[in-house]
Amino acid sequence: MSAPAPTAPPAATGTTVLQFTDVARQFPDGTVALEGVDLTIQRGEFVTVVGPSGCGKSTLLRIASGLDEASAGTATVDARRIGYVFQDATLLPWRSVQKNVELLAELHGMSKTATNQAALDAIELVGLRGHEKKLPRALSGGMKMRASLARSLTLDPDLFLFDEPFGALDEITRERLNDELIRLFVAKGFGALFITHSVSEAVYMSTRVLVMSGRPGHIVDSFEVPFGTDRTPELRFTPEFAKLAGEVSHALREGHS
Amino acid sequence: MTATLPTAEETRVTTTLESPTQAPVAAGATPAPLVRRRRRNKLTSYLLPVVVFAALIGVWYAITYLFLEPGKRFLMPAPHTLITDALLDPVITDKVWPALGRTIVVSFAGLGIAIVIGMLWAIAMSQSKAVEASLYPYAVALQCIPILALVPLIGFWFDFGFESRVIVCVMIALFPIVSNTLFGIQSVDRGHHELFTLHRAGRITRLVKLQLPAALPAIFAGFRISAGLSVVGAIVGDLFFKKGDPGLGILLSNFSSRLQGAPLFFTIVVTAVLGFAVFFLFGLLAKLAVGRWYDQSRDAG
Repeated sequence: MSAPAPTAPPAATGTTVLQFTDVARQFPDGTVALEGVDLTIQRGEFVTVVGPSGCGKSTLLRIASGLDEASAGTATVDARRIGYVFQDATLLPWRSVQKNVELLAELHGMSKTATNQAALDAIELVGLRGHEKKLPRALSGGMKMRASLARSLTLDPDLFLFDEPFGALDEITRERLNDELIRLFVAKGFGALFITHSVSEAVYMSTRVLVMSGRPGHIVDSFEVPFGTDRTPELRFTPEFAKLAGEVSHALREGHS
Repeated sequence: MTATLPTAEETRVTTTLESPTQAPVAAGATPAPLVRRRRRNKLTSYLLPVVVFAALIGVWYAITYLFLEPGKRFLMPAPHTLITDALLDPVITDKVWPALGRTIVVSFAGLGIAIVIGMLWAIAMSQSKAVEASLYPYAVALQCIPILALVPLIGFWFDFGFESRVIVCVMIALFPIVSNTLFGIQSVDRGHHELFTLHRAGRITRLVKLQLPAALPAIFAGFRISAGLSVVGAIVGDLFFKKGDPGLGILLSNFSSRLQGAPLFFTIVVTAVLGFAVFFLFGLLAKLAVGRWYDQSRDAG
């Protein structure tokens, strides 16, 4: 897998940021976690992978991020910077919200003033203004996730990877964060690879839904999502939404059996 | 874009959800007994130790005056004689206070050196499996060898003065610092490590921005244990290394060999108070350093 090229200029919508060709991953104990995965993501695409637990979704994401490597095939990432949002907010408990949001910019060696400004902007963007000085322990689960999102936003990534980021949140908070993430996506135009086990979340968020099945993990079906970018919660109750969600669920069951 | 996202609602929802005490206060019924019970607990937690203390003093007086013949009362001098025959006697206090000062200097010098060596040792082990494999057995050995067995050797090599007393303190105080620092560094959350890996953090950055801050609660717990041990080390060192001005250990030994009961007991109390003071000082330091974000009640501290 080639390393992200840090010097490339900001890419326009439509640039390929992630390309998997026949990617496989076999663990040393012999388990095949992924097999024959082809996947292309461009800027301005929000691709969601939905599948049962243990089907290799997370492995897919870890290979995309560089935390893991493909044992066969090629995984190419062509992004200046990658945002990665974990299932846990992974905030450092001794740092305030402001300092947590500044962390990645710090690690990437941005200047102090640029770091500070990027953090302030990101905090504004996720709606955490007024909470900058709080410690993570004083935040609700939803607010922690916003802080985690803001932390990645400071890097202005071309590719955003999400590993079931809202899985631990209650439904109301989760749906609100879905809407906010869509707004961020529309505004920034990054490419996104989003892992979830919720069909409804997958259909609501994405431009494309991939259905995965396990043993070994492979993509069994792909659905283009026809809804525009101005999605509102009411969309979830339309017949079109129900139909597509039904098809995705069906594919999920088919692949599972 | 400046899409300010509606957090105000969410904040309001979560605060009412997360502070269940507020609702019952408005309802009025349940919280009052709850508060009262807590206050009574606090009262008993202060009162009971005082009662026990009074009882112990009573037993002490009983032993002195009911069981010991007048000629043998130096074995257990009555509590008030600690004040009249020691605390208020300048001949005694002119010996005890300077000795206390010297013991404090020895134990803090020992503790300081143990902290520097111990943390460097642990950090070195945390950075390389090979270093850990080669050095950890020696940390354990340090804990297993009875230090007292080495004490005469230390005198043999380093003479019987200040340096030897400090060396004993260092040897006794070292292990908890090494093991707690290493444990703290190795207990760093895996997700946090991945975050740093993902963003290509170097070894030093990872150590300074992640591992050491995350390890601080464990490190301070180690300091606290070692501080107590270094006081023990200073007293033990005194008993063996009597060259130079005396510390508390030498006074204890002198008073006991001269059968000076009240000064002996008084010096023991001073030593005990020093131990308590050091323990609470390091508890306070830990609270100042990490209490803001680390909940100490979680590890029964």
